[in-house]
Amino acid sequence: MKETSDKPEKDQEEKIPAMQTLIDNPFLLLFIGVAMPTVFYLIWGIMEIVTIPVAP
Amino acid sequence: MAQFRTCPDTGLYFHKSAESLIKANAVAAAVALLVAGVLGLLVVLTRWQAVHLLPADQFYMALTAHGIDALIFWIIFFEMAVLYVASSVLLRSRLATPFWGWVQFVLMLVGAIMTNWAIFQGNSSVMMTSYAPMQAAPHFYLGLILFAVGALIGCFVFFGTLVVAKQEKTYDGSIPLVTFGAVTAAIIAVFTIASGAIILVPTFFWSIGYISHIDAEMYRIVWWGMGHSSQQINVAAHVAIWYLIAGLVFGARPMSEKVSRSAYLLYILFLQLACAHHILVDPGVSAEWKVFNTSYAMYLAVLASMIHGLTVPGSIEVAQRAKGFNNGLFEWLRKAPWDNPVFSSMFISLVTFGFLGGITGVVMGTEQINLIIHNTIYVPAHFHATVVTGTTMAFMGVTFFLIPVLFRRQMILPGLAKLQPYIFGGGMTILILFMLGAGTLGVSRRHWDMDFTGAALGFDYPGMAYTLMGIGAFGGVIGVVGGAAFLLITVGSLLFGKKLEPSAGLLQSFGVPLAASCYTDERPAILPRAAAAEGHHGSSFEAPGTFVLALVLLVTFVVYYFINWKYLASVWQLS
Repeated sequence: MKETSDKPEKDQEEKIPAMQTLIDNPFLLLFIGVAMPTVFYLIWGIMEIVTIPVAP
Repeated sequence: MAQFRTCPDTGLYFHKSAESLIKANAVAAAVALLVAGVLGLLVVLTRWQAVHLLPADQFYMALTAHGIDALIFWIIFFEMAVLYVASSVLLRSRLATPFWGWVQFVLMLVGAIMTNWAIFQGNSSVMMTSYAPMQAAPHFYLGLILFAVGALIGCFVFFGTLVVAKQEKTYDGSIPLVTFGAVTAAIIAVFTIASGAIILVPTFFWSIGYISHIDAEMYRIVWWGMGHSSQQINVAAHVAIWYLIAGLVFGARPMSEKVSRSAYLLYILFLQLACAHHILVDPGVSAEWKVFNTSYAMYLAVLASMIHGLTVPGSIEVAQRAKGFNNGLFEWLRKAPWDNPVFSSMFISLVTFGFLGGITGVVMGTEQINLIIHNTIYVPAHFHATVVTGTTMAFMGVTFFLIPVLFRRQMILPGLAKLQPYIFGGGMTILILFMLGAGTLGVSRRHWDMDFTGAALGFDYPGMAYTLMGIGAFGGVIGVVGGAAFLLITVGSLLFGKKLEPSAGLLQSFGVPLAASCYTDERPAILPRAAAAEGHHGSSFEAPGTFVLALVLLVTFVVYYFINWKYLASVWQLS
């Protein structure tokens, strides 16, 4: 009897979707939220500027 | 031992230290808004060519200070207050490290005063953007750096409070949606401040002679990582306030927590990439970089705004229909409390942000049609729609709510308070619409003299451009009157409003805690898990009125988008 009542609870605890885990972790979100614009906006943009040939 | 006060009207819990910091930051924000508003009036009256109030040097000084006080100091001081409300108050938690909270406040205050001082000395009229090689006084940059460091500390006090709340189990389940919105704002703030540090620290050293050269294009790219992202903090914060006010005024629950949180996730991933639209006509970067960051990534952030724009009024509609306002498509909206400034400010914010700020933002983010309006007065029209009628009105709405709840004072001039959102929102909407028109005719932004008096190469704008600028300026004056009414009501309430708590004196309005008897050492009850929204699974639309409003927005966008492409085609003179 005890086994059957515990099982669904356990299952429920284990079934946290990946997206929920992501959304519930502010520091993981912080990492992603800083990394995305740093890579796609800043680093990519700066690389384009530094690779412009210097005028003779 | 942490001490808490329970608001007798709302049941909200205020941690003593958080309460003081929220008040101090909100008051500092109001002072910045006052300065920004006065300067805004001077700018408007100068760009109104028939008045042309200030001479050129004073105009550029006023415009620089107006931009920084409005777009940075007013907004970010208030956002610090929002972060503390969203973490400590909504999670029923003590504030992590109140000492560092005060360090945040002092640094930001010193930074704001220092930068204003530099500007009003007259040798730092470099606009908010302060593009190198224009050089301001060293303390102009130093003030901004101190302000940014303070804001960064505030963000980490916020994150620390989330950790404290989780460890001390002050809430059950996930954090509330409003707090999640504040998390989004804080994440964007960290990127914003990091970008600011990367560019402003070397620029400061350049201003004192330790660095010989700042590359102009490098400056522009990195500076906009701060300059535009700082406005994205606003978007995340004011959307959180929309949800908060919908909950407070109507008891509305988000139509779908999953959808709303996913929309915030899109903000976290993509919103900051929209900085690139400022660089769309710069020659140094590739089309791939421009197109990816604007026309692809930015649209995913726009999608997020459209989701919020649908779910916030949708949740209000569902709540109103549950109360029996079911007649036709819009009874729920007609019967909304339009004389409650908390609601009317928020709803005007939502509509103007979507229709004016959102649609023009997409136009500006499209490389081809951006060419029609780049660096014209269309650009300030767009960001007045997002930051003034969007963010500022949302902040004004929540301030009306906080006066009795946080400051424990009754609001004075309730009749004026009912009208204030319409005066401010109406005036600013006129300003925005007519500046959009003038910008489409090519009127430059940041330009002192539309007549180009004495210029070697003159240019004659069509007469309509002068008319549009004049009407827009008239709207701006009305908007300033509305802003003054807001400050009169809020500051007046803090000074002269009836005390709802006997110990809510003058000093208490500025951050000093209430009498010791108001606080208890007892921990607040655990914040329960949000209940799932009910009745959202029927076969018919649950919010048909909102669906129709969304279609109106879509049609407006399609028509306006077409007009801009048609206008571009006529510029080419190919058809």
